[in-house]
Amino acid sequence: MDQPHLIIDHVSMAFDTPKGSFQALDDVHLKINKGEFISLIGHSGCGKSTVLNIVAGLLQASTGGVVLNGKEVREPGPERAVVFQNHSLFPWLTTYQNVELGVKQVFRGRKSRAEMREWIEHNLAMVHMEHAMDKRPDEISGGMKQRVGIARALAMQPEVLLMDEPFGALDALTRAHLQDSLMEIHAQLGNTVIMITHDVDEAVLLSDRIVMMTNGPSATIGEVLNVDIERPRDRIALSDDPAYNGYRHDVLEFLYEKQRKVEDLGDRRRAAASTPPSTPSPARVA
Amino acid sequence: MLSNLNSAVLTEKLVSAALPIAGLLMFLLVWNMSAQRIETSLGQFPGPAEVWEQGGNLVDEHRVQREKAAAFYERQAKRNAEKLAKNPGYVPKQRRFTGKPTFFDQIGTSLVTVMLGFLLAALIAVPIGIMIGLSQSLYSAMNPLIQLLKPVSPLAWLPLVTMVVSAVYVSDDPTVPKSFLNSMITVMLCCIWPTIINTAVGVSGVSQDHVNVSRVLRLGPLTHVYKVVLPSALPMIFTGLRLSLGIAWMVLIAAEMLAQNPGLGKFVWDEFQNGSSNSLGRIMVAVIVIGLIGFLLDRGMLLLQRYLSWDKSATLR
Repeated sequence: MDQPHLIIDHVSMAFDTPKGSFQALDDVHLKINKGEFISLIGHSGCGKSTVLNIVAGLLQASTGGVVLNGKEVREPGPERAVVFQNHSLFPWLTTYQNVELGVKQVFRGRKSRAEMREWIEHNLAMVHMEHAMDKRPDEISGGMKQRVGIARALAMQPEVLLMDEPFGALDALTRAHLQDSLMEIHAQLGNTVIMITHDVDEAVLLSDRIVMMTNGPSATIGEVLNVDIERPRDRIALSDDPAYNGYRHDVLEFLYEKQRKVEDLGDRRRAAASTPPSTPSPARVA
Repeated sequence: MLSNLNSAVLTEKLVSAALPIAGLLMFLLVWNMSAQRIETSLGQFPGPAEVWEQGGNLVDEHRVQREKAAAFYERQAKRNAEKLAKNPGYVPKQRRFTGKPTFFDQIGTSLVTVMLGFLLAALIAVPIGIMIGLSQSLYSAMNPLIQLLKPVSPLAWLPLVTMVVSAVYVSDDPTVPKSFLNSMITVMLCCIWPTIINTAVGVSGVSQDHVNVSRVLRLGPLTHVYKVVLPSALPMIFTGLRLSLGIAWMVLIAAEMLAQNPGLGKFVWDEFQNGSSNSLGRIMVAVIVIGLIGFLLDRGMLLLQRYLSWDKSATLR
């Protein structure tokens, strides 16, 4: 592979605020291979969502840009489907209709009515929601809504699946179920996934690489951790695995020692100096 | 235990049914007592009993007029048949009965006028509201105009509307009378604003997440409005429509009164000019009927909203 699948190319982002310009991101640079599962982790307010929104095309980077398959990303589109944190299903449409809206956009003229129906049902079945096709979002639980949100995104056959803390609002049990579903789906479809998370276990369990971001303002990539654990991964088996716990330790150390949320300016300078920005771990870079 | 519970529920239901009735009875009592103390140049102010009686009179008058009309059409049909028998080439003349419109005819006219004026207003206001809700610059451009025109009284519009309609609507055989157009357009001008404003607020309040979903799906502008904006703004649109309909009904009575356009307003004005000892009672009947119709119109809108709204669990009042 000579050309990386997705390049986040030296992206910086400044927002205009009433108090002047706010530098949210500074020189975020990352190359992602096809089928890779990437987690973005960092403290709140470090610009993880901004990175995701720039890849989605919902925000335009101030400098730098995003290149997917050699083409620059300029606007949102279904090939970069987003799973939003609060599911963002349309409450006036049923589960089926919510998925259908995207399918109609993507496959108009390419699939017949019956094929579309079959495809929608297939995607709902993949997230185990085929029994609630005719239910409205307010009639199903939070975990089910998030499943439908994932089905809606998957049904668009995206090249990149962008997930903004998809399981953040769910209880631990539901979250574990959905993580397992997601691993299953990722193994099956092989989409490229970028997922934002706060949850260290989730990041280590799911990811091929964990991208750890420094604190804002002027947030950037602090460290990139390769998670070299054989797939399929089993959460129970891994809980005793020294490698798994090693990775967990690395992420925790980054978050709570190198990038403590409350810190004085000197600490931050030292932290920034010890973690040179925009040098992804060489092991994975093509 | 169970019977205790049941009787508690029953008592609660009885109380909740009795309270409105008690309120109404209270009102009738106060009305009756104060009416007895008010002497006007047309006699004593009518109490509930006189008003009830006048209501009955109005129904009787309506019945008599209908009988007269039926008799008139029967005579006309008979006369035409006789002429046709004598002379097969005769073209029968159909004349309309020209009796005075009764109270109930006036109610009918008012209802038709208010509904058409309101529909016209809704057809104009909802699209404008959607446009200015979607575009901040359009909103900024239109807002001062809307704020300026919103508080204008129907009585200020009426002379202008009358003159413009007389100048523009020229026809020897008008299908709709000018007076009807005057009232309808005045109603439209006065009740258009709440719907525009509420629709705009509803549309601009569409959740940013939903807008983002729509952008990721690359929905076209029309699909976006139809699938995302409209359902999400529907409750606010209906709030606007209900306010508009309420204003429309209030404005209509005033407009009919001032412009001598047929309808309930004209009925009230005619009774006032008539000045018989029954007049005040008959006007009170009209007042009650106007209130009742206004209430029913609002309930009707609420039913429509319940029917159209996706959120059946929302409490609507």
